[in-house]
Amino acid sequence: MEFEAVIGLEVHAQLATESKIFCACSAKFGASPNENTCPVCTGMPGVLPVLNRKAVEFTVRTALATSCKVQRRSVFARKNYFYPDLPKAYQISQYELPVALGGHVDIEIDGGAKRIGITRIHMEEDAGKLVHEGEFAGAQASLADLNRCSVPLMEIVSEPDMRTPGEGGAYLRRLRDILVYLEVCDGNMEEGSFRCDANVSVRPVGQKEFGTKAELKNMNSFRNVEKALEYEIRRQIETIEDGGEVVQETRLWDANAGVTVSMRRKEEAHDYRYFPDPDLLPLIVEEAWVDTLRKTIPELPAEKIARLASQYGIPKYDAGILASERPLADFFEASAAFFPGNAKTTANECVHWKDAIRAGKLSPETIAHAVEDRENGTVSATASKKLVELVVETGKPFRALRDEKGLTQVSDASALDAVVDKVLSASPKEVESYRGGKVGLLSFFVGQVMKESRGKANPKVVQEVLKRKLG
Amino acid sequence: MTITREEVLHVARLARLALSDAEADRLREQLGRLLDYMKQLDRLDTRGVVPTSHAVEMGTPFREDVVIPFGDREAILSNAPDRQGDFFRVPRIIED
Amino acid sequence: MANVPVHEWTLLEAARKIREKEISSRELTGALLARIGALNPKINAYITVLPERAAAQAAACDEEQAKGSLRGPLHGVPLGLKDIFCTRGVRTTCGSRILHNFDPPYDAAVAGKVLAAGAVLLGKHNMDEFAMGSSTETSGFGVTRNPWDLSRIPGGSSGGTAAAVSSAMCFAGVGTDTGGSIRQPASLCGVVGVKPTYGRVSRYGMIAFASSLDQGGPIARTVPDAAALLSVIAGYDRRDSTSVDVPVPDYLAASGKPVKGLRVGLPKEYFGGGGLDPAVKAAVERALKALVDQGATAVEVSLPHTSFALSTYYLVAPAEASSNLARYDGVRYGHRAEGAAGLIEMMSRTRAEGFGDEVKRRIMIGTYALSAGYYEAFYGKAQKVRTLIRGDFAKAFEAADVLLTPTAPTPAFRLGEKTDDPLTMYLSDIFTIPCNLAGIPGLSVPCGLSADGLPIGAQLLSDHFREETLFAAAGAIERAIPVPRVAPLEG
Repeated sequence: MEFEAVIGLEVHAQLATESKIFCACSAKFGASPNENTCPVCTGMPGVLPVLNRKAVEFTVRTALATSCKVQRRSVFARKNYFYPDLPKAYQISQYELPVALGGHVDIEIDGGAKRIGITRIHMEEDAGKLVHEGEFAGAQASLADLNRCSVPLMEIVSEPDMRTPGEGGAYLRRLRDILVYLEVCDGNMEEGSFRCDANVSVRPVGQKEFGTKAELKNMNSFRNVEKALEYEIRRQIETIEDGGEVVQETRLWDANAGVTVSMRRKEEAHDYRYFPDPDLLPLIVEEAWVDTLRKTIPELPAEKIARLASQYGIPKYDAGILASERPLADFFEASAAFFPGNAKTTANECVHWKDAIRAGKLSPETIAHAVEDRENGTVSATASKKLVELVVETGKPFRALRDEKGLTQVSDASALDAVVDKVLSASPKEVESYRGGKVGLLSFFVGQVMKESRGKANPKVVQEVLKRKLG
Repeated sequence: MTITREEVLHVARLARLALSDAEADRLREQLGRLLDYMKQLDRLDTRGVVPTSHAVEMGTPFREDVVIPFGDREAILSNAPDRQGDFFRVPRIIED
Repeated sequence: MANVPVHEWTLLEAARKIREKEISSRELTGALLARIGALNPKINAYITVLPERAAAQAAACDEEQAKGSLRGPLHGVPLGLKDIFCTRGVRTTCGSRILHNFDPPYDAAVAGKVLAAGAVLLGKHNMDEFAMGSSTETSGFGVTRNPWDLSRIPGGSSGGTAAAVSSAMCFAGVGTDTGGSIRQPASLCGVVGVKPTYGRVSRYGMIAFASSLDQGGPIARTVPDAAALLSVIAGYDRRDSTSVDVPVPDYLAASGKPVKGLRVGLPKEYFGGGGLDPAVKAAVERALKALVDQGATAVEVSLPHTSFALSTYYLVAPAEASSNLARYDGVRYGHRAEGAAGLIEMMSRTRAEGFGDEVKRRIMIGTYALSAGYYEAFYGKAQKVRTLIRGDFAKAFEAADVLLTPTAPTPAFRLGEKTDDPLTMYLSDIFTIPCNLAGIPGLSVPCGLSADGLPIGAQLLSDHFREETLFAAAGAIERAIPVPRVAPLEG
């Protein structure tokens, strides 16, 4: 029997606002324990939430960028449960009426395109962190750090449209890139600003009903998501083939062992008792505001890749790498604007130097000059690489360094005439051998000319001149 | 309205309230009678009525995204029944 | 005025006499502290008394006044606050042992406003635990006794505040009202109590019971006093998302306005019931006559869903409360059970030890009403009936400017009389509850005494943000029907 997998992904993205969603504490990562707290986010008696406008803005822009329908009226609801990292013993979230519904993300997979649906996007607050006292399993206590409480989160729920781990990975990467493009999230899975849970089930090919799904958690990188999905799909298929049944449960990915493990905790069907939060009035997002925000949506990854490929005639793959970071793509275009002569080379250079570009050590002009000088033979490829390294080191302009280090190569054939003549007249025997058939000696002559010119001759031009003179 | 003992214990667990047997029995009886009284609401036809989920009819106000530190971590921690340095300390969760 | 003891002055008199330097804040505060010392052991209106702090505040007020500056309209006047308002540096218990040692690092908006107006804080008033009760018998700090008859309850949940005001242990106080908790005790203690429109007074720092119903409001011995105090505590607060940005009118001026032409609605459902004490009915009719004699007109109105209000309230309020009280889990503040083996045990025993029976009962009802499978039948249904009740009032206010009803069905009952059956206790709120569900303002003003000499109050209700109408009508009743405002105690 042939099986297919059905995958849905739930992403929690931390919004890159300055302050928390319901209070004015800093939302930034890395403070010392309980430093970024106040009575509101620590749930003291009598405190009340007030909504951060920027968090709404970021969520609406995300909804627009994923073609969702922004709801004019949405409602915050309390999700009630007890845990030491949840100070109010409820999380303010959205339940029946979220901010956005019904969108999609387009991905490229195996040379084709696929549309992954987005069911909904809603806003909620993050919980704190619980660390376990001591490293040993017998630790008696846990320690609660509430810094992260009330950091704004956006929950993005996909339709169960993915069929392979590869599609899952592609969807996640594309979604992350969109969020980073919008500057609403820094998209860092390892640091936890972009988190993913997966719902996976399998069914015989051709069956319409979904199989029983398992929820996967604890995957902290794109690669781990794909690996966890691969493992779980195989596990479920094997279970069924062995005559067993897939249980609806939550499973944790163990990256070290490469397996998913059942949480086995008695999940007393979490009854969250959702009800509209009476401390917050409905969130009203007016059409006029949505229109204003729509104008702030930049060209998104999919469009940018297509445009870069067609406008600059570069392969989609290269365009994909450039577009994976908006500043890199912008850099490439600025560079190509300076020197449009060879966009493919410019693209390659941008990809090659992307770390330095990200660090702000190179300007678009530098790459443009590097490419231009190589194109017109002013410098050799080797020299060009060396010079760009020097720019990174010293910050001095490319051409200034080129001239300073005397790395201009001579590409003018007539200028090389004299040197070539000198070399040929100094090696009459070799000339005769060459003319006699030993064409391999060409490299010898090239070497000599290079030596004579102290490396400044353009080897390609040298070769042409030699060939012409040698006959 | 009949509420079973299991239901009472289930609700008490959801609410993190430890109940003695006597309390559980008393609550079972009291809750049953109270909920019976409240079933009078079933007599009302509320089809098409919009629930009053919010006491005020307007959109929620916004706050600008500006950090204003509370600036007194000690005040936040000083009421803690058990603390370790700058952490709140709690017993571990025991699987049961 | 000649032989009126200092502690029996009205709030406005006290404020004026300080302003005019007839008395110092120190002296006034000292007098009240002495009275508290003498009476509180009997009445237990105060959970926490602040003799040093109050004396220091009073001294500071006098010094500032000597330098020519007054903080505000209540400069130097000693007041009390229900122990539901967080007061920085002063223990705030909400009447519960689970918060027996809670020291808030912030002031409630109400506390801040009262202090900014120059008042001196005498202490924190006793209350039903987490404001859940109608008699102050559920307090974790002992019962409060009605100053008019120490064997009787003062009402609740703001029983401590009403008793303190009624026994002149403060010039006025601020309580809270979720289903009648200001108006009912005011009625039972013979003082004036006002529940403002929902959103009129900031809930920031006011420990939450039922968020969509709670409102803070003044309890004072006269209508002008209550009006003046409401002006101090009302106003928009951006820390409370449910706070409404509507200007605060001159309530004091409103309390003197004539009532000629005022249409007084009498909801028939409030007068027909068997539970209504005849003395109460008679007293309210006297209040109506007082209004009509001054030019108002009476009109019968109907609030058809009145009989469903109790059920609606006792589903909505406990549901919200079950969520609001979940934060008391022993982790960050308050009581924590000792010797628990694990987290769940710690939380469950903490709450079992820290909460009283009434609170536990309401948490259970509320959790049940919200739980899977029951939401639509209970909480969902109640929220719809609430809409119908709001609709009743909206319609009634087309025909009337103000509604007149009894505040409580009977005068103060005896301690322990209704504690056996929760439902019997809940029925004492039958007249006050609908107003909270609709969000409209309500006021109780003394309008007579029973044959036993127990206070009876009349309730006035008006449309949203029409407190001025309430004060005008209440002022007219007060001027026409003098009822002693200080309980006749020895001491």
